[in-house]
Amino acid sequence: MLHTFVAYVEDLPGVLTRVASLFRRLNINIHSLTVGRSEQAGLSRMTVVCEASAEAGHRIQASLYKLENVVDVDDIAQAPTVTRELALIKVAATPRTRSQVFELVEVFRARIVDLAPESLTIEMTGVESKIEGLIQVLNEGEGRILEICRSGKLTMRRGHHTSGVLKAMGAGADESAVEPAEEGAAVEQE
Amino acid sequence: MGNDANTQALNHPPARLTGAEIVWATLVGEGVTDVFGYPGGAILPVYDALRKFPIHHTLVRHEQGAAHMADGYSRASGKVGVAIATSGPGATNLVTGIATAMLDSIPIVCITGNVSSKVLGTDAFQEVDITGITLPVTKHNFLISRAEDIAPAIRYAFQIAKSARPGPVLVDITKDAQQATAIFDFEAAKPRPVRPHPMRKVEESGLAQAAELIKNANRPVILAGHGIIESGAMEQVCTLAERAQIPVALTLLGLGAFPASHPLNLGMMGMHGESWVNHAIQDADLLIACGMRFDDRVTGTVATYATNAKKIHIEVDPAEVNKIIKVDVPLIGDLREVLEALLPRISSRDGSAWLKTIDGLKGDSAVRDIKNLPDLGHLYAAHVIHDIWRITGGNAIVVTDVGQHQMWEAQYYHHERPRTLITSGGLGTMGFSLPAAIGAKFACPEKEVWVIVGDGGFQMTAGELATIVQEKIKINIAVINNGYLGMVRQWQEFFYEGNYESTPMVSPDFVKLADAHGIAGLTVRSRGEVAEAVNTARSAPGAFLLNFMVEGKESVYPMIPAGSALHEMIRRPGGKDPLEES
Repeated sequence: MLHTFVAYVEDLPGVLTRVASLFRRLNINIHSLTVGRSEQAGLSRMTVVCEASAEAGHRIQASLYKLENVVDVDDIAQAPTVTRELALIKVAATPRTRSQVFELVEVFRARIVDLAPESLTIEMTGVESKIEGLIQVLNEGEGRILEICRSGKLTMRRGHHTSGVLKAMGAGADESAVEPAEEGAAVEQE
Repeated sequence: MGNDANTQALNHPPARLTGAEIVWATLVGEGVTDVFGYPGGAILPVYDALRKFPIHHTLVRHEQGAAHMADGYSRASGKVGVAIATSGPGATNLVTGIATAMLDSIPIVCITGNVSSKVLGTDAFQEVDITGITLPVTKHNFLISRAEDIAPAIRYAFQIAKSARPGPVLVDITKDAQQATAIFDFEAAKPRPVRPHPMRKVEESGLAQAAELIKNANRPVILAGHGIIESGAMEQVCTLAERAQIPVALTLLGLGAFPASHPLNLGMMGMHGESWVNHAIQDADLLIACGMRFDDRVTGTVATYATNAKKIHIEVDPAEVNKIIKVDVPLIGDLREVLEALLPRISSRDGSAWLKTIDGLKGDSAVRDIKNLPDLGHLYAAHVIHDIWRITGGNAIVVTDVGQHQMWEAQYYHHERPRTLITSGGLGTMGFSLPAAIGAKFACPEKEVWVIVGDGGFQMTAGELATIVQEKIKINIAVINNGYLGMVRQWQEFFYEGNYESTPMVSPDFVKLADAHGIAGLTVRSRGEVAEAVNTARSAPGAFLLNFMVEGKESVYPMIPAGSALHEMIRRPGGKDPLEES
């Protein structure tokens, strides 16, 4: 099954290697990995998506915690989330063939962010399947896809703040545990 | 000295020191009195500063020895062992020793020099990415390039090495950081408190379930592992066993955690455990695993392992729970603390029926025991080890290497107390014993230390004989010399149709080799000479080597072939001298 882990890690040299090395040792391929700053100074947030057996989730989470630089790990599993991916797609398009691409971009609620005589670049945000969909129809169209740059999965649990980071850092310990919820869940079911 | 030095460091007003001096001052502050190492270009500033500090440095003959000495020092004392090496090959030579400590959860700190930070990553002379290389075999490692970061890193390294499930930590310090100066403030360099693993928790309901399972079990067995020794839970395990009358089976690294002479002690489990121990585990209806990790050498095939037993797993490392064997009640925490919480819920129960059943399983084991065979002129390792046990009263620290002699040691030397058997279990590192024994001797100078080693493993690190002489320490070495890489030969005999490819081994005359180093020695060829030789070695003022010329093609019995169920063991043909039989 596909696992998604959200990890808060110290923003230091080599931490990415330590995390990646853990998956490498288990011979698990990482589907996508996003890293960036978090709401906590000095902490980065990683979203790691990988394919592994259902039982492996516990061990990966437990092993991630054993890394000194890892502060918090959330195994998202099947919990309700807001999930997005950003893709930049460069397509070969001449003035003659552009309009077809414009139409597709419109349908997928994507945006054109760069236009050149021989090509154009699409920015698309959405869930993975939506991006895959756009790529597929572009491939079926006239304009050849020249480049694809995808951010990998960005994900956050729905509803209340449930991260253990604050707790782990010794603050906000009174944050009451919140059931995976509801507010906004209906707005966009993915 | 440790305490005085510690106080001295603590009371030391913050002062400007070189990075090299900070290394030693921090070690002194952490209570270190002995280190094991080998100098070289990138660590020279550190060596230059050594004379100013109350720390004894043992010069090894190969850096692998330094790591094993730090490891043996830690296993014998429970303290953190320290190894020091230079950059490049000095650092890479440590790796086998670091991995050995990692697999057996031994707290050591390795300090390596590295090239100047200005040339890091340029393939400078003797530069190697040792933090990269050791990443998977350390609990954590540090690359330090500023003098002011040295004390915090070393203190943090000690904390990591000791805390929760112990393990090795490496601190790599660039040469310019050693040469630069910084304010040394031991107190200010203290690491933040240990961040507890959030999955390490014991639920009330878990304790209640465990107590209920123990109360209702008819055929319970305690599986006693190395975690008992690391956690210091010998007394708690003993109380549990005695109160609920539960027999105790031990892992190799658990030997000594529960007294061998205790009536509830079954002995070692697993691949070379006695048949009744493994049968008891297979027949059990409850296993209480204490500080052990269901290694493949103790489970046999997982699918057939104790299928009728409920399992309680008390373990400090959450990543070990449900890794190999699915358990019913995980109690994830420090073993001693968990047992202390559990014991008030345990009342006395009658285990006599089950104990009697296990006794019945012993059956013909005694007649299969080579120790009980009449002397037909052959010398067997079993007799040698049995005699060493008998003559030392079981009071020596025995340091073994890896292979057949290691298993015979486990079978015939009966350990009453923790930290009296020092052996490489998880990694199975040949060459471990001689350097580890040197470390153990430094940790416990008043203790009698014996090395039991095969002819193969001995030649891997025999250079450390010179270290023994230079340090003027008393260690007794028993080489179990059968002219083969014995355990590999045994596998070839059982599983490769006796094709002894590359296992017969020519060795030097070990007594002459010892003599060349200035160590006295004796060769022993018959059973009748063993006791006297052991006594001679013990009473000799210095280190002594005994070269026991044992039978070449003897095998360790019983044996569970890898990939078989725990009860499918190869047993010694009963009542026969194997050589007479063939």
